[in-house]
Amino acid sequence: MTLLLSLSMNLNNSIKKNWSWIEECQRISAGIRRRVLEHTITHGGYLSQACSSAEIFSLLYGQIMRLGRSEGPSIPLPFLGSPSKTNPKPTSGMIYNGRRDPNLDRFFLSPTHYALTLYATLIETGRLEESSLDQFNVDGSSLEMIGSEHSPGHETSGGSFGQTISQAAGVAWARRAKGDTGKVWVFLSDGECQEGQTWEAIMSMAFHKINNIKIVVDVNGQQVDGRTADVMNLEPLFDKFSSFGACTKQVDGHNLPALRKALETSHDDKPLVVLAHTLPYKGMEILKERYPHLHYVRFKDEPERDSYKQQLTRLES
Amino acid sequence: MELIKRVHANNIVKWGKTHSDVIVLSGDLTSSCEVDGFRDAFPDRFLSMGLMEQNMMGFAAGLAREGLTPMVHTFAVFMYRRALDQIEMSIAYPNLPVKIFGFLPGVTTPGGASHQAINDIAVMRSLPNMTVIETADATDVESVLELSNAVDGPVYIRMVRGEIPRLFPAKNQTILGKARILSLGSDITLLTSGICTEESLRVTDILKDRGIGVQHLHVTTLKPFDDHRVSEALAKARYGIITMENHTSIGGLGSCVAEMIAKFGIATKLIKVAINDTYLQGASRTFLMERYGIDVKALLSAIESLVGEKIDISDADLTTSRQDSFFNENQQEAL
Repeated sequence: MTLLLSLSMNLNNSIKKNWSWIEECQRISAGIRRRVLEHTITHGGYLSQACSSAEIFSLLYGQIMRLGRSEGPSIPLPFLGSPSKTNPKPTSGMIYNGRRDPNLDRFFLSPTHYALTLYATLIETGRLEESSLDQFNVDGSSLEMIGSEHSPGHETSGGSFGQTISQAAGVAWARRAKGDTGKVWVFLSDGECQEGQTWEAIMSMAFHKINNIKIVVDVNGQQVDGRTADVMNLEPLFDKFSSFGACTKQVDGHNLPALRKALETSHDDKPLVVLAHTLPYKGMEILKERYPHLHYVRFKDEPERDSYKQQLTRLES
Repeated sequence: MELIKRVHANNIVKWGKTHSDVIVLSGDLTSSCEVDGFRDAFPDRFLSMGLMEQNMMGFAAGLAREGLTPMVHTFAVFMYRRALDQIEMSIAYPNLPVKIFGFLPGVTTPGGASHQAINDIAVMRSLPNMTVIETADATDVESVLELSNAVDGPVYIRMVRGEIPRLFPAKNQTILGKARILSLGSDITLLTSGICTEESLRVTDILKDRGIGVQHLHVTTLKPFDDHRVSEALAKARYGIITMENHTSIGGLGSCVAEMIAKFGIATKLIKVAINDTYLQGASRTFLMERYGIDVKALLSAIESLVGEKIDISDADLTTSRQDSFFNENQQEAL
């Protein structure tokens, strides 16, 4: 009886524990969507990317990545110039991901038009002050619309696709050589899998057995011109990554337990690639009306803007 | 003239012994870029990157972010042309200390337009944060590791390889930003770089005998280009200035000098002995230098044009330059 009771209590605790991390991720995801929508209503913007990736970001920043506390000022400094000999200490956005430490993880955002999604994530996870977003896309600010390495949460300039994954591979190789236990995380978008460099990077990681790197791909099936299937078909993406030598998993990118399980897959002497299949209008039904042209939301007229305001009201309630 | 083989090959192994931060990356051209010895001596610090130059540049940037000193080796064209965006966004923008060793400048390969780096100086010089170096002889090549190590940022090094001359005393290492003064004179100021320095030396002594004073400077650092020795030499040329380079006439040494002339308001003529805004073809170095007007004869005609008279120099007067035939051992390497 005592044993049974104890088992039952453990089970309850475990369910409770499970629910609490899921709820926490749901809270973060909802916050990401709401904040990005708020800004989109005022300025237009990259809204569908937040909808497809909110769960991925919530899991990475909320549960999975081992990051130190933010070392950045809660209100970011303005852009202090690009790195150069005469500007020896420019701000790096990586300080918002915590200190560099052999035992801590590193995060690399490749498609940096997801910057607003990342800023919102940093706010939801206590790494950035809420009012920081007042600086978003404002002249002279470091919270640029398309992030660069000075932008909070960023370590590289990823705007030219396919480049960040190679840099992260180099970082991972060096960290392994140094004996670091911390991992290297890369957020990729599916569109940039059209870049040859992405495949060069995967091939080289497999060849050099780089196994401290974990790549999550937001497979939202979208790019600027429309559906990836219509612009330049990527499928079969799973087979491609597998045959290039990555340990590849694919899951519903909005299913938090499934996504978590995939991200926690052990992957021996290979890089891990998790294909997170997502919907670009998840949690934002109104976006569906624009499908498949979702890359950047720009309102045609005021009634359309008003309909998004109503969507915000619904999210807030 | 002393000729030495595989200077970089020996030098980088020596360097590697005392610099454990150095990682050599190669794009499937390991012995062609003289890093096979490094690969064999330090297999854990050698990265075979295959034929993926874009990834190689980014990978090197990642290594540099972790405090290592990546030295990337392949033919120059496959980096400054094929992977320019990667060099810019992954390396130059963050000012990372990646050392880029670009081989086969201009006419030094019979590999044709696809292999000949004819506008690399122009391109690389235009990148913020990039330091640009061009080697000409064994002493230059022996100096580049020390020299580039002193730069806390990316460095592009235009490399000569194989059998190369020793033009400058080994003990007088090349210094960043400092041109070598090879002769003094006030009629003409001549600035040469890379293999054109060796070529120009075929005639400079004879000019002295003919009463033409040439202030001759050998330039290794193309960026930054702010050496006071150069600006002073430019200001005192009586007839004018000549630049001579194994590069197109746009954006290379000649353009560096033109910018400096303008900056200091020097009222004088400039003749660029350079590849005249054209692609080359696959052929021997000697043939290409003559065909594309960067040989000693082209230099002589530039001098005659400045002084306004014919100079009495016959072909026999010109000291014999190295004649690299198409099929000798060194050239075969290039293919």
